[in-house]
Amino acid sequence: MLHSKLIALVPLLPFATFLLLGLFGRKYLKNFSGILGTLSLLVAASISFYAAYEYFFVVGKNAAGVYEQIIAFKFTWLEFSPGVSIDLGVILDPISIMMLVVVTFISLMVHIYSMGYMKGEERYATYYSFLSLFTFSMLGLVMASNIFQIYIFWELVGVSSFLLIGFYYDKPSAVAAAKKAFIVTRFADLGFLIGILVLAFYSHTLDFQTLIERLTNHSEYYTTITAASFMGVSALTWGLVLVFIGGAGKSAMFPLHVWLPDAMEGPTPVSALIHAATMVVAGVYLVARLFPVFALSCPPALQVVTYVGLFSSLFAAIVACTQTDIKRVLAYSTMSQIGFMMFALGVSGYGGEEGLGYMASMFHLFTHAMFKALLFLGAGAVIHYVHSNEMKDMGGLRKSMPITHITFLIACLAIAGIPPFAGFFSKEEILAAAFHSNKLVFVVAIITAGITAFYMFRLYFNIFWSKEKVIDHAHDDHSHDSHGEGTKTMLIPLIILGLCAVGAGFIPFSHLVTSDGKVLETEFNPMFSIGPVLIAVSGILLAMFMYKKANSKPDTVSKALGGFYKAAYNKFYIDEIYLFKTKKIIFNLIGKPAAWFDKNIVDGCINLSATITENIAEALRPIQSGKVQQYAIWFFVGVLSFSVLFIYFWTN
Amino acid sequence: MNEIGLPQILVVSTALFFIGVYGFLTRRNMITMLMSIELILNSVNINFISFNKYLFPGKLDGLFFTVIIITIAAAEAAVAIAIIISLYRKYKSIDVEDANSMKF
Amino acid sequence: MAVTSLKVFRAAIYLLFSLIGIAGLYFWLNYEFIAAVQIVVYVGGIVVLIIFSIFLTHQSGEDMKAPTLIRSVFASIAAAAGFALTLLLINRHTFYTTSEKAVEPSVNNIGMQMLSTTEHGYLLPFEVISMLLLAAMIGAIVIAMKIKPKA
Repeated sequence: MLHSKLIALVPLLPFATFLLLGLFGRKYLKNFSGILGTLSLLVAASISFYAAYEYFFVVGKNAAGVYEQIIAFKFTWLEFSPGVSIDLGVILDPISIMMLVVVTFISLMVHIYSMGYMKGEERYATYYSFLSLFTFSMLGLVMASNIFQIYIFWELVGVSSFLLIGFYYDKPSAVAAAKKAFIVTRFADLGFLIGILVLAFYSHTLDFQTLIERLTNHSEYYTTITAASFMGVSALTWGLVLVFIGGAGKSAMFPLHVWLPDAMEGPTPVSALIHAATMVVAGVYLVARLFPVFALSCPPALQVVTYVGLFSSLFAAIVACTQTDIKRVLAYSTMSQIGFMMFALGVSGYGGEEGLGYMASMFHLFTHAMFKALLFLGAGAVIHYVHSNEMKDMGGLRKSMPITHITFLIACLAIAGIPPFAGFFSKEEILAAAFHSNKLVFVVAIITAGITAFYMFRLYFNIFWSKEKVIDHAHDDHSHDSHGEGTKTMLIPLIILGLCAVGAGFIPFSHLVTSDGKVLETEFNPMFSIGPVLIAVSGILLAMFMYKKANSKPDTVSKALGGFYKAAYNKFYIDEIYLFKTKKIIFNLIGKPAAWFDKNIVDGCINLSATITENIAEALRPIQSGKVQQYAIWFFVGVLSFSVLFIYFWTN
Repeated sequence: MNEIGLPQILVVSTALFFIGVYGFLTRRNMITMLMSIELILNSVNINFISFNKYLFPGKLDGLFFTVIIITIAAAEAAVAIAIIISLYRKYKSIDVEDANSMKF
Repeated sequence: MAVTSLKVFRAAIYLLFSLIGIAGLYFWLNYEFIAAVQIVVYVGGIVVLIIFSIFLTHQSGEDMKAPTLIRSVFASIAAAAGFALTLLLINRHTFYTTSEKAVEPSVNNIGMQMLSTTEHGYLLPFEVISMLLLAAMIGAIVIAMKIKPKA
């Protein structure tokens, strides 16, 4: 690798920006911070594009036709025993380079967009410093060569997302959402940590390459870890499932998904960055990183991945059909798409033809980042214009916001899987992989794809067609130069992402990113693709029928579905179950007794010792009575006893 | 009755001593406490003299010591009376239990 | 009775008689000088002093309060215990007598012995005692002085 050291600059630039803006931004750099952040990210993005170009085309494949993993550098930080040490290193292989490109590019778009969206915000510099912190953490995560290093950056990502979700800290709902996100992901991270420990204990290493190598080829480590079992399941399965739990928390898989809809309280560009393109795919990335172990050594863990992903995507799709807040619809849509990525990984094998799912999942990650970010940024433009998040306040906006309308439409077509937009290609690959391995998964996936098309177009028609609502523009402040759709800085990223959403599908992904590094020749089978496309188109038509003109059809349908609709509208009461569990069970059974114990027994002991001391002192007080004769008696008695003692007992 | 020798005199002086101790510990009037102290001192004097006479007839040390003790007792009685007068002025009574302000 | 009587003046008179009794003891032991000193100093000085102070403190008419029962019980136990211990010791101990020639305790001898600077001289204590007397007198005056208000 020609300029491998240059790669280190990619995360360090945002980190430097974070420090600079964090320390000095408030006072000195207020208006400049947006430009500074964007510039640093522009440089970082160019470096990552350049690195991708170099990796894939200049260095290219090695002799065996494999893109190999390159360790750019490695620095031993904390050594527990020879071999088990926390290193800080940079690993370059197809998926990490791809993620570098995705993260820096989307982050760049968000930075540019935020210059317009967050204009006039008082904590402008703080916002950009948090964005830079997040970008730094995410980049560190994708480049980590050591499983503990990924954990470190994992937590950092959690912290930055907490800061960003709770950015409007005077809104109690935002604060609660930030807390919820942090707690749920932290809870999942506990599983992650235990999984790391299990894996590290058996394979005696924390380094990814060595770990994978030791746990896959039937080495002695592999036999030890599968021999050791706990409650009937081998230690390897436990370790991998626990690691997956960590990933599931971050990626909002069922049942750890509850934080994602509430996280929409943050500013919309934040949602675009974190909850569309980058943080939520960290879980998918983790599974992909450890994929050889999952696929070769532990099929049960892979099955867990598949079914969790499948269920999450179906669940989220159903709930998304009923939500009225546009950001929440998009949040559930994200959860559903990530479910797609998860089960695509789940049905995949390792190597060659088997590795189709892996490649499809990564491809979908790439394209999804593009169009989901586009959707969120477009939604942000709409919210900015309408000053509300609810669909009932929108309608007929296609005339007043043309550019947003076109780009939003492109994104919806992409996510529905209509050719020739990007989503079509990646979804096809996923469905093909599912078809070849597990028919049940394939059927459910097709149904979910249809529902996806339906709810996305329900959203689209409700915003841009339907009946025009009167929009109150009286409260706008006059700092916007063109009050119409939004400033140019908000529109440019939309256009760029729209172009990407169109063109990204044509990248020959299977030549670049596969499970074992070798090129995978995929064929494009039109016969096979017709089925899913037809289902998607029917979903669109249904949505058009119901929502294009404002009518009462949705109400009749929802009444007809009755209870099921109500349940779906309330997100299947998962949040309520969690609240019930924590409030009634954990607080009452564990929290209250613990508090009681602490207050009464622990504090009681201390108080008791104080009371005892006091009482003894009170009892001893009258000895000093001030009466001379009493003292004299004591004195005399003392002399007497001493003389008895000395004369009779201590004669030496 | 057997010969009056040293032990008998010592018994007398010891009895006097402990009577004085009892009086000192029991009496409430400060002046009577002083009187008990005088008894104690006298008993010591008897001891000295009798030791001198029976055990060391060649020297007169006991005698000298007795003279010294008498002198000291006189001085101490004077000072004690002065103190009692002062206390009487403060507490308006010479009950030794009333002068207990040096308690806790 | 000096120590148990509840009338203060009577107690003083009982003390007087006790002191005279002790002087008698000295006379019987053939130490006339000490007996004389005892009567002059103790009886004529100290008891008189005590009686004066009784008068000064206005307490001569009433009876004194009796000590509490606990106090007298404890005190008597303590005194009795001490008495028993001492008696035991005296009984056990054998006193050795020497066979020196007795010295007549006449005043002449006393004077010679006390004031001689050679052995057995008690000259220094004699001087110190006079110092002590002086200090005691001054001290007594200072303690009992009434501080005149500055007018």
